[in-house]
Amino acid sequence: MKWWLWPLGLFLVLAVFLGVGLTLNPREVPSPLIGKSAPHFQLPQLHDPEKTFSQKDMLGKVWVLNVWASWCGPCREEHPVWVDLAKTQVVPIYGLNYKDKRADSIAWLKRYGDPYVLSVADTEGRIGIDYGVYGVPETYLIDKAGVIRYKHIGPVYPSVLKEKILPLIAKLNGNA
Amino acid sequence: MIPELGNFALVLALLLALAQGTLPLAGAARGTQSWMNLARPAAQGQFVFVAIAFGCLTYSFVTNDFSVLYVASNSNSGLPLQYRVAGVWGGHEGSLLLWVLMLSLWTMAVSVFSRHLPDDIIARVLGVLGLVSVGFLCFMLFTSNPFDRLLPAAMDGRDLNPLLQDPGMVIHPPMLYMGYVGFSVAFAFAIAALLSGRLDATWARWSRPWTTAAWMFLTLGIALGSWWAYYELGWGGWWFWDPVENASFMPWLMGTALIHSLAVTEKRGAFKSWTVLLAIFAFALSLLGTFLVRSGVLTSVHAFATDPKRGIFILAFLVVVIGGSLTLFAWRANRVGLGGQFDVVSRESFLLTNNVLLAVAAGSVLLGTLYPLFLDALNLGKLSVGPPYFETVFVPLMAPALFLMGVGPMARWKQAHVPELATRFKWAFAVAVAGGLLLPLTMGTWTPMASFGLLLAVWIVASSLTTLASRLKQTPGSGIAKWRAQSRSYYGMLLAHMGVAVFVVGVTMVKSFEAEKDVKLAPGESVELGGYTFRFDALNDVKGPNYVAVRGTFAVTQGASAVGMMYPEKRMYHVQKNAMTEAAINTRFTRDLYVSLGEPVEAGDGKAWVVRVQVKPFVDWIWGGCVLMALGGLLAVLDKRYRLATRRQSAPLPASDARLTAAS
Amino acid sequence: MHKSLFLFIILVCIGLSGAAPSRAADDAALEQRVQRLSEELRCLVCQNQSLADSHAGLAIDLKNQVREKLKQGASEKEVIAFMTERYGDFVLYRPPVKGTTLLLWFGPGLLMVAGLIALFARLRRRASETVEPSLTIDERARAVALLEGRTPGNPRK
Repeated sequence: MKWWLWPLGLFLVLAVFLGVGLTLNPREVPSPLIGKSAPHFQLPQLHDPEKTFSQKDMLGKVWVLNVWASWCGPCREEHPVWVDLAKTQVVPIYGLNYKDKRADSIAWLKRYGDPYVLSVADTEGRIGIDYGVYGVPETYLIDKAGVIRYKHIGPVYPSVLKEKILPLIAKLNGNA
Repeated sequence: MIPELGNFALVLALLLALAQGTLPLAGAARGTQSWMNLARPAAQGQFVFVAIAFGCLTYSFVTNDFSVLYVASNSNSGLPLQYRVAGVWGGHEGSLLLWVLMLSLWTMAVSVFSRHLPDDIIARVLGVLGLVSVGFLCFMLFTSNPFDRLLPAAMDGRDLNPLLQDPGMVIHPPMLYMGYVGFSVAFAFAIAALLSGRLDATWARWSRPWTTAAWMFLTLGIALGSWWAYYELGWGGWWFWDPVENASFMPWLMGTALIHSLAVTEKRGAFKSWTVLLAIFAFALSLLGTFLVRSGVLTSVHAFATDPKRGIFILAFLVVVIGGSLTLFAWRANRVGLGGQFDVVSRESFLLTNNVLLAVAAGSVLLGTLYPLFLDALNLGKLSVGPPYFETVFVPLMAPALFLMGVGPMARWKQAHVPELATRFKWAFAVAVAGGLLLPLTMGTWTPMASFGLLLAVWIVASSLTTLASRLKQTPGSGIAKWRAQSRSYYGMLLAHMGVAVFVVGVTMVKSFEAEKDVKLAPGESVELGGYTFRFDALNDVKGPNYVAVRGTFAVTQGASAVGMMYPEKRMYHVQKNAMTEAAINTRFTRDLYVSLGEPVEAGDGKAWVVRVQVKPFVDWIWGGCVLMALGGLLAVLDKRYRLATRRQSAPLPASDARLTAAS
Repeated sequence: MHKSLFLFIILVCIGLSGAAPSRAADDAALEQRVQRLSEELRCLVCQNQSLADSHAGLAIDLKNQVREKLKQGASEKEVIAFMTERYGDFVLYRPPVKGTTLLLWFGPGLLMVAGLIALFARLRRRASETVEPSLTIDERARAVALLEGRTPGNPRK
């Protein structure tokens, strides 16, 4: 091949990649935890700090772990979605209250509704790090064996719930 | 009314650009003189209308016309006047208008300063520039019109991003764009030469001053951007290998290669197709930069708000312009003659070797910048390519280039001898080794990296001086006459190379000996770093025109003597509610002290802050070196021989002879 | 849509900041290790800063984690493994050398070697192909003048 065709060829390959790149979101970081066991935690419950809750307590059930905080604006955006979902009782929703003050969180839930079976308080944000949280809200779907099957970063909109999360829940429940 | 006028001016500019981009090119191909003659008036008319549009947008900013969407998004009635003016290029649409303004300015300059060029060449050059302009004007009018109205008008604007409210921001983009866009002239000359089939030494001579001028602006623009990031982002870094920075650095590397390659082509009529390819690449990388910044395919600290539609448009434009010119290149490049003879060991070869290193460096930056995108597109996972990668890859590529910088100017054109070179450079090399070994000791510690970096810097200086000395010795005459006999472009080269040496000193010293500390400080406490004591004296609230701030007062002492007071601030801008860190910098010739306020410590009495103090030896040499490089470029542009060439061209020259070479 | 995403990230940055202050240690050697390591790690919240540069809350938390792990005697490698287990390769500013990054790491070196070899092959070939001595513009003009029977010396007639 003549060398003067090389630049053109390389450029066209580059252009194809750039074109594909336009359809991707560079900000989204896929979690390496998908397909792995949910990291262990044993944290005090928000409403009843005497009692603790662990991810082990949920073995045998498909459940949703939603990371939220009262200081987090986008959390309020997705909150109605959880409140509505909780009413349908399709799946138990647990909250991981991330780096928050207890009084603030309880007031927040009172004001906007509490879709959670219970929330646990991760005051220091340690468990958040174990779960690879980097932008609140984040949502994890965990199967009966305690394996993380899906993670969503940012607010869950009704479309995401309908197209991704609900079908996956049905599948996880059906297969067992 | 004024915004509509601006919009109308843009439409007229587009029509003129269309005329400029088609008729002269067709005229040159068919030999129709009247069509070729259209190029100049069309280019000048286009400049007038783009300037009117730019004036209209500036007027809308200055008068706070918030019925213009772009003004409402990027300005505010509380914004000081100078930032309202700079706000014109503070966002995507307006900066695009600045791009087009710069393009028409360069085009105008070409049309004025090229009286000596043959009509068909100038018609082609202006025609190509016209086509580029058509693309950008269409882009602006169809996807990003800065004159779009907002009805009903906003009560007040959303304000200019506080990061951009800074004197550096006022001049950084115009400089950078002058550089970016300037490469379009080199590109247009290259395409004109390919179209005409007259790819010879005269072509290299014509495009050389333009390329050097563009390179000079780009150098200054990048340096300003780096300096701005250093004092404005508030954490003391000066280069982050961020995609947007890389987008400006790649054309710079290519442009640097191009300048040196043009020297070989002008001198020896050789490696013409390679030089043309570099000219295409330099401009292609400028366009690619525009794409990366404005399409959102990569994450970056300072990208514009993005929109996929824009991405598709620029990508299409990129494919047409670059794909088209590379196709033209593939079609024509094989018909280029070989050019004059020179030895494998000669100045030509050294220049070309440097060329390869620079081009490879640009290629590596491109690879690193786009690699995350490649992997993601192939669904092979996400990763980050950051400073540690670029530094690992870049240093081994640049070290031999810096070494050759010393050798090249000394080597003879056409044929050089290794033993002769070795004798000549014996002393320069000895001085460099000694300097490299000993200079780091003045900083207290010795590290191999510091030693190596300083060795290279001293080598460049020592070998350049050796070359200068032997050149002066060979020149007849005495004293000042000897000095005056050397050409301006020679001094320009010397100065630019010294600039590189100064830059290398700065980078080496900062990388090797900078110190920093993050500490929790309450007023009254102090911290020590690198022999300096920073005492946190007070914390006050201050009010700016459109922000409130807390300002710390730090007294700095070195031993018993006072160094000065420093006032870092944490600002909160009213409109965008952004917290901004305004670092305090105390500059001396050989070091900067840098203090920035981190976050307040909530525990305790509420007065303590996390404070970052840094000592940065020789950091200002980094930008000082860049300024020297740019000054070197300026000297080279002002060289007499380009004007001499003007007169000489009036005598008829045998047109196209592959082996024709230019006199020095 | 994109703009709102951007805003969201800004909000998160502000929301998270000002939480827990960095627990800067007194141990200078440890602090230097923390600094060096966190320069290689990418902050996930404000994605184009390293952990060392970022003031975001999460970055400070992660930096504290790094410090704690190192204090407990963990090696740099272990800390990096800790981070990638949770956040993937994305957090590493220095991508690991593996199958998919071979081109990234060795591409520049290969390109340089290939470029230099190509250049020298070409230079050698050229040196043997071009044998005729070339003329400068002035020489050429003089030659033209001679051929046309004019007096040489003044190339501009």
